[in-house]
Amino acid sequence: MIQVEQLAVTFGAGTPLENRALRGLNLTIPEGQFVTVIGSNGAGKSTFLNALAGEVLADQGKILIDDQDVTRWPTNKRAGLVARVFQDPLAGTCEALTIEENMALALKRGLGRGLSRSIRHEYQEIFKERLARLGLGLEKRLGDRMGLLSGGQRQAVSLLMATLQPMKILLLDEHTAALDPKTAAFVLELTKNIIEEQNLTALMVTHSMRQALDVGDRTLMLHEGNIAFDVEGAEREGLDVPDLLALFSKTKGEELSDDSLLLG
Amino acid sequence: MSSIAFFGAVESGLLFGLVAFGVFIAFRVLDFPDLTVDGSFPLGAAVAATLIVTGWNPWLATAMAMVAGCMAGAVTAWLNVRLQILNLLASILTMIALYSINLRIMGKPNVALLGDETVFTPFENWDIPFYLINPIILSGFVLVVYLLFVRFMTSELGLAMRATGVNAKMARANGVHTGRLTILGVAVANGMVGLAGALFAQSQGTADVTMGVGTIVIGLAAVIGGEAILSTRTIARWIFACLIGAILYRLAIAVALNADWIGLKAQDLNLITAVLVTLAIVMPRMKLLKRKGGQA
Ligand SMILES: Nc1ncnc2c1ncn2[C@@H]1O[C@H](COP(=O)(O)OP(=O)(O)OP(=O)(O)O)[C@@H](O)[C@H]1O
Ligand SMILES: [Mg+2]
Repeated sequence: MIQVEQLAVTFGAGTPLENRALRGLNLTIPEGQFVTVIGSNGAGKSTFLNALAGEVLADQGKILIDDQDVTRWPTNKRAGLVARVFQDPLAGTCEALTIEENMALALKRGLGRGLSRSIRHEYQEIFKERLARLGLGLEKRLGDRMGLLSGGQRQAVSLLMATLQPMKILLLDEHTAALDPKTAAFVLELTKNIIEEQNLTALMVTHSMRQALDVGDRTLMLHEGNIAFDVEGAEREGLDVPDLLALFSKTKGEELSDDSLLLG
Repeated sequence: MSSIAFFGAVESGLLFGLVAFGVFIAFRVLDFPDLTVDGSFPLGAAVAATLIVTGWNPWLATAMAMVAGCMAGAVTAWLNVRLQILNLLASILTMIALYSINLRIMGKPNVALLGDETVFTPFENWDIPFYLINPIILSGFVLVVYLLFVRFMTSELGLAMRATGVNAKMARANGVHTGRLTILGVAVANGMVGLAGALFAQSQGTADVTMGVGTIVIGLAAVIGGEAILSTRTIARWIFACLIGAILYRLAIAVALNADWIGLKAQDLNLITAVLVTLAIVMPRMKLLKRKGGQA
């Protein structure tokens, strides 16, 4: 279970460029829930995910993962609890390293690393088995450099890498945004399958309201560093994009222009 | 060129191969431009020579030189990681500090190893041409270091170190303590350079506080040259390329110095190296520009 209490992050505090990216956000995500997150540009979605991962440290508030207070933990220490896939396909993998080296690195997420060989036969078998499920023929290209793969292939591999080891939460920050529509649909389908299969707790940021409603169990909207609305269960069933916009104006008392969010 | 000159060049090529290994970790694995090398090379020499003169076992003295090199590297990386000083500047600070430290260690600008026992002494009476002895022993050293180095780079820690250099954010997200690995990597790099300095002092019979000048540039020349002529497809081949680069570089220099008609003197070496490294860095880019220009 993930508990976020009064989380605040301010960039450039005390300067003219002061930016309160998160303003006392509260959220509880029970185990096994798949949450989708929407919000306009600059709403604080990425900052929220970075704060959960440890890449950005909170100025105020608390983050608890399974009742353990991880608020002050740096990214590498949280890695055993948090796995993530970045928006930029270049960010989640090392292009100079081979596919198997990237996967070997991810295979030890959250575990100690020592002097034993990073690539072993039994690991390669695991990699091949996982890659084969993508149906992209990558299982025959273990020794190829990551940089040779297309953006979609890299995101698919990143997703596999993130899910090689158990985690308490999987963070996906617009991980299909840099892909063409067909590839994006493929990666999204893969995401749904993996999350379902492994019964993962996940937080997925998306720019498409349609997608936010179609996948997952719960949808949040962030606005100006806080949660504008939070729907799940029966209330969420049957909601459509216009309903979301209406929901937003009702809770916030202001109009949200259609194009500040991508409708899809 | 005489056999003596030829094998002399091979000998120093092997020594600078160890320097190239260190430069490889810093510049290629960690993307950490480290000039500490210019100080850790004479540091290794100073520590080894001073300890040997005071009666230490030469093997132990050589090991201590390596440890000293590691410490110097660790200080540089620590300045960068913990105190957030720009990496290049951090290494310059350590390099400058080492100049004073090396003088303190030796107590004078140079120490001569006259008749003292070195790691080469047991092989002195070997029944082969004398100019072959040092290159053979050094080949042994370099081979052992090479094998250990490749083994390390392919280990879990080595892989984490490579990821730290190419994509630190991704490495952290996978639980890699990037700061610690940077310190470890720069320490190991300078440990190898310290070893090179220690062996250099013992093969030349002297340690001198100024002997480090230009070490970094020679190391870079070796790495860049090796990469230009050999495959870098696997980490083992890449590191091997650095070693071959160092040997070929020293041979090329020896040939140039030998050819009287060119009129080069030993003191021109650093200038030539600097020019060569500049060319090696710029040339590939020029080719690219030309191709781009042609297309436009
Ligand atoms: N490292 C940083 N330094 C300073 N300001 C930052 C930093 N990261 C984010 N911000 C600012 O914080 C605010 C929230 O940014 P964030 O990236 O979280 O938005 P987002 O909801 O992910 O937007 P997008 O949909 O564009 O990805 C923005 O105003 C942004 O400019
Ligand atoms: Mg974002």
